[in-house]
Amino acid sequence: MAAGTDTLKRTPLYDRHVAAGARLVPFAGWEMPVQYAGIREEHVAVRRAAGIFDVSHMGQIETAGPGAEALLQRLLSNDVSRLREGGAQYSVLCREDGGVLDDLFSYRLGPDRFLTVTNAANHARDLAWFEEHASGHDAAVRDRIADHAMLAVQGPQARALVGALTDGELPARFHTAVLTVAGAPDVLVCGTGYTGEDGVELLVAPAHAASVWDAVCAAGARPAGLGARDTLRLEACYHLYGNDLSEDRDPISAGLGWCCKEDTGFIGAEAISRVRSAGPAEKLAPFVVTGQGIARQGNPVAGGGVVTSGTFSPCLGQGIGMAYLPAERAAPGTPIEIDVRGRARTAEVRSRPLYSKES
Amino acid sequence: MAEASYPSDLKYHPEHDWARVDGDVATCGITWYAQEQLGEVVFFDPPEVGATVTKDEPYAEVESVKAVSDVIAPLSGEIVEVNDALSSGPEAINDDPYGEGWLVRVRLSDPSQVDQLMDADAYQASLE
Repeated sequence: MAAGTDTLKRTPLYDRHVAAGARLVPFAGWEMPVQYAGIREEHVAVRRAAGIFDVSHMGQIETAGPGAEALLQRLLSNDVSRLREGGAQYSVLCREDGGVLDDLFSYRLGPDRFLTVTNAANHARDLAWFEEHASGHDAAVRDRIADHAMLAVQGPQARALVGALTDGELPARFHTAVLTVAGAPDVLVCGTGYTGEDGVELLVAPAHAASVWDAVCAAGARPAGLGARDTLRLEACYHLYGNDLSEDRDPISAGLGWCCKEDTGFIGAEAISRVRSAGPAEKLAPFVVTGQGIARQGNPVAGGGVVTSGTFSPCLGQGIGMAYLPAERAAPGTPIEIDVRGRARTAEVRSRPLYSKES
Repeated sequence: MAEASYPSDLKYHPEHDWARVDGDVATCGITWYAQEQLGEVVFFDPPEVGATVTKDEPYAEVESVKAVSDVIAPLSGEIVEVNDALSSGPEAINDDPYGEGWLVRVRLSDPSQVDQLMDADAYQASLE
């Protein structure tokens, strides 16, 4: 980010982060907590109990009106007609050539009303893309980022802990409900998350964000930063836009063919269909470093390919990551060699997820 | 170690390294400030015993969960020992940066370089 710290946006929870001793860093134009006590401790707290993340930098776009479903069907890769009221659906937003503009969760709030959550770095571009393609559809596209703070409560105890603060029943996984949470009315509670753990995401009015945060923390959730969010999502093999997804990569190569329903005729469907039938030249594959070392984003793979995400896995105690590899060398079990700043590090392709409770 | 500390018997390099000089051998490591900035250390990649290190040049890498950093040599010489315990317990660099978290011992090729390093007060002042 070229922006100086003086131009960075702050979430409604900024004061809470400072008080909790967070290390704040610039992230996609926002000043966000990367860690509090330490990435490893926060990561383990989410795997074993519950953590709370401020993800208010993520944006929301509302699409409403009689033509809302048709517009989203044209924009999003998944089959939006199968998204029921009170449901959640993951998809990618693509260009005509199949390049990925963003990966998104959409919630159907009513028969003709949807809320789509965007990545912070892509929000403005996504919004412009939605607006540009809205003409000809009887649908209104509205930027809703200023109306929400977003808190993710994740971990095996997350549901019990939030459930005790609500007036109703928490939504099932990939469903939503509007509930009062810790006295805050009309919180959109979503049974989603990006850590590989069960949990909920709370879309709450900015004025109520701090009181909800305080209540969830008092109930036992540990504040966790973007650092732990990254190690958690990578153990679960969830994609991070800007690392594992970009305009130069198509969703089939990225392993996201499951959320592409080309027969719906979305923008990019033809290009994606061609890649699907021909088979991608490269595939995104998870790996573990079998020897010493930690591979990082940008490290080349011997014989072709590149690491797009790499970190140290707190749960596995070794280097892990995802890399685009030539398709014939992307099968689980394949040994690979990664050039980590001039040193050859041995690694092995694995199946996803890299970490699960059973492993 | 939770509290900042800069022992007065050590010499300091502006790239946040320390050296404990004993005759013509110096024990080297990274400072409290460096480990705090880095966060939890998860991997230390030591140089080989016998390798030559040059003052102000990187000689090893230390990695936290999020990032990798070069370690800069505070003095020139030859590596005579590396802290093998760090391969299984790199967190010693955070827990005890001036003790169990030492990185290497160097036989100095030019002991007069020690005079170019800072004392604890000067180093601490440079952090403010």
